[in-house]
Amino acid sequence: MESTTNTRKVPYKKSSKQDIFESPDFYKIDDLLSEEHLMIRESIRDFVKKEISPYIEDWAENNHFPLHIVKLFGEIGAFGPFIPEKYGGQGMDYISYGLIMQEIERGDSGMRSTASVQGSLVMYPIYTFGSEDQKNKYLPKLASGEMLGCFGLTESDFGSDPGGMKTHFEDKGDHYLLNGTKMWISNSPDADIAVVWAKNESGRMKGLIVERGMEGFTAPVIHGKWSLRASSTGELVFDNVKIPKENLLPGKDGLGAPMMCLDSARYGIAWGTIGAAMDCYDAAKRYALERIQFDKPIASFQLTQKKLAEMLTEITKGQLLNWRLGTLMDQGKATSAQISMAKRNSVEVALNVAREARQIHGGMGITNEYPIMRHMMNLESVLTYEGTHDIHLLILGHEITGIPAFK
Amino acid sequence: MKILVCITHVPDTTSRIAFTDGDTKFDSNGVQYIIGPYDDYAVARAVELKESQGATITVVNVGRVETEPTIRKALAIGADDAIRINAEPEDSYFVAKQIANVAKDSGYDLILMGRESIDFNGGVVHGIVGELLEIPSVSSVMKLDIDGNVAKIAREIEGGKEYIELEMPFVAGCQEPIAEWKIPNMRGIMTARSKPLNVVDPVDTDHLDKLVRFELPPPKGDIKMIDPEHMEELVSLLKNEAKVL
Ligand SMILES: Cc1cc2nc3c(=O)[nH]c(=O)nc-3n(C[C@H](O)[C@H](O)[C@H](O)COP(=O)(O)OP(=O)(O)OC[C@H]3O[C@@H](n4cnc5c(N)ncnc54)[C@H](O)[C@@H]3O)c2cc1C
Ligand SMILES: Cc1cc2nc3c(=O)[nH]c(=O)nc-3n(C[C@H](O)[C@H](O)[C@H](O)COP(=O)(O)OP(=O)(O)OC[C@H]3O[C@@H](n4cnc5c(N)ncnc54)[C@H](O)[C@@H]3O)c2cc1C
Repeated sequence: MESTTNTRKVPYKKSSKQDIFESPDFYKIDDLLSEEHLMIRESIRDFVKKEISPYIEDWAENNHFPLHIVKLFGEIGAFGPFIPEKYGGQGMDYISYGLIMQEIERGDSGMRSTASVQGSLVMYPIYTFGSEDQKNKYLPKLASGEMLGCFGLTESDFGSDPGGMKTHFEDKGDHYLLNGTKMWISNSPDADIAVVWAKNESGRMKGLIVERGMEGFTAPVIHGKWSLRASSTGELVFDNVKIPKENLLPGKDGLGAPMMCLDSARYGIAWGTIGAAMDCYDAAKRYALERIQFDKPIASFQLTQKKLAEMLTEITKGQLLNWRLGTLMDQGKATSAQISMAKRNSVEVALNVAREARQIHGGMGITNEYPIMRHMMNLESVLTYEGTHDIHLLILGHEITGIPAFK
Repeated sequence: MKILVCITHVPDTTSRIAFTDGDTKFDSNGVQYIIGPYDDYAVARAVELKESQGATITVVNVGRVETEPTIRKALAIGADDAIRINAEPEDSYFVAKQIANVAKDSGYDLILMGRESIDFNGGVVHGIVGELLEIPSVSSVMKLDIDGNVAKIAREIEGGKEYIELEMPFVAGCQEPIAEWKIPNMRGIMTARSKPLNVVDPVDTDHLDKLVRFELPPPKGDIKMIDPEHMEELVSLLKNEAKVL
């Protein structure tokens, strides 16, 4: 049982294909963005073209998490851009955060997962619920990529229903004693710290910062994923781990605390998955214009045009929804239900676009010559994590009717 | 060390080029603009010199207000301040005169430019600026190291390389592989916000030439496929149609 995914010795295989992605902007949404937003987007796009696209098929094929990307994400500023400069962040607005996630996931959902977890699920709770000492100790290193973090909420028997979790800790006077197992944790095998949600003696959920190397703490890799293969996923196993008292997040407790983190991450996913959809659309459009059948480009057949037209329509609607949600986030007016709608909508759009793009590519569409199949398989995880597709539907149902239908 | 980097604001290399107004104006509709690729090398090398031995970097552009996003990008990459000379860059001499004017009493040790612009590809502004300031100018600089007051330079020349040493100040037209293009990071973009971008008026300058009109190259002809069995057909086409034999 390794506790890192980074055991690879062979060099990366660089693709000979250039990433010539161009983003669709049918409704001139760029006009709604500031000059600075556009520069942010272009920078991250250039970064992805240089550091991710040439290698991503190789990483995904070999189920390899490229640990060096953590430092590069830190340098470009992709970790927790909304965290104030004082703690190593950039003090950026939520539209900027959305654009960064969009561009990274345009490259790969697994790469975006690494960045979302670090920013929204590790830095965000430390910043929002942490003590001043915790913020100073961890945030600058997380922002720079010197440290990688993970977020442990899910357990094998408690996925959609995290409130039932079994992981717990006891107050032993000068420390806490933590026991339990978390499952499906992104980044965990390579993480230096974990923000772990566990219950105290009275059953109240609290956040604890667990550090790599603490006795009794291991993070085995989960093998055999057909999705997010360039991101590492593992367990978090706590066997009588002594946690210093100053590692408890003092700011907030109860299920509402991790849910606030999830809101921030889900917002990023809403943008990110539209990025993946844009990549699939761009590839399909180019392929349709180049591929000749019956002596004509397949783009000249009405059925191909229908696919492309519908893909662009759905992407455009998703882009507008994201932009509006970002504006509400920046005004502090966005609600969890609005975020649920956007997350759910974007993932569905992206999966549908990926499937149609796959058809347009014919047989080539199932190979790693094109990004389609990788995006499609990645998106199956994104459909499930951070609240499943159906759970978001139920959140909306609750919002509309006032009647919760989860239980 | 004080470095001045001269940047152009040019259409992205993948843009489709068209002209309007009776072929006398470039049609900028739907065109994305970038820092001239060679100028971008100059910016990148300046930032490396700043990081390795300390320098202040000023970027200058002769252009109208629409070039400011491009200037901001250079600030985001690492320049400290910027000057925009508010004028249409109408010809190479005019541009060189403007640059020489802002450089003249400012004590720059290095004036870095691109080897050539990629819109009009004159490849002459560095030479003219050197002449106007009465300092040396070298171009196609592919390597630039500074040791004290002396620069060690490698230039691309026809069929080889030339190595030279010269004292600062001087003007250099840069090209790859002098440095790797830099992608601005988020911190750079946020700090570029508050870096000074000063707009100055141009000095009066004579125009030495006048634009008559532009002409696009003729469209590419259709490709003729010839069966490898019929080589005589290829020879005949090359002789009679392409007239290259
Ligand atoms: C690649 C990957 C990475 C992940 N990363 C993390 C991480 O970093 N941190 C973390 O804490 N978790 C992580 N997760 C876990 C993820 O959040 C959970 O998988 C998710 O919450 C669903 O839980 P489950 O898999 O146990 O499914 P279940 O909750 O068992 O759901 C199974 C099905 O039942 C449906 N269902 C459940 N309850 C209801 C209901 N009340 N009404 C109707 N339908 C219902 C669901 O919609 C779903 O279709 C990750 C998961 C994956 C796959
Ligand atoms: C809106 C517009 C209208 C134009 N109209 C005309 C016209 O009517 N007639 C005409 O002949 N040309 C016209 N030009 C072209 C313009 O004159 C040239 O781009 C410019 O003078 C540079 O000349 P060059 O190609 O010789 O530059 P080069 O000598 O190839 O450039 C070498 C280096 O000089 C520096 N440099 C060049 N231009 C600038 C600049 N503007 N600001 C800062 N540094 C610079 C850069 O570092 C560049 O890499 C126009 C350009 C624009 C953008």
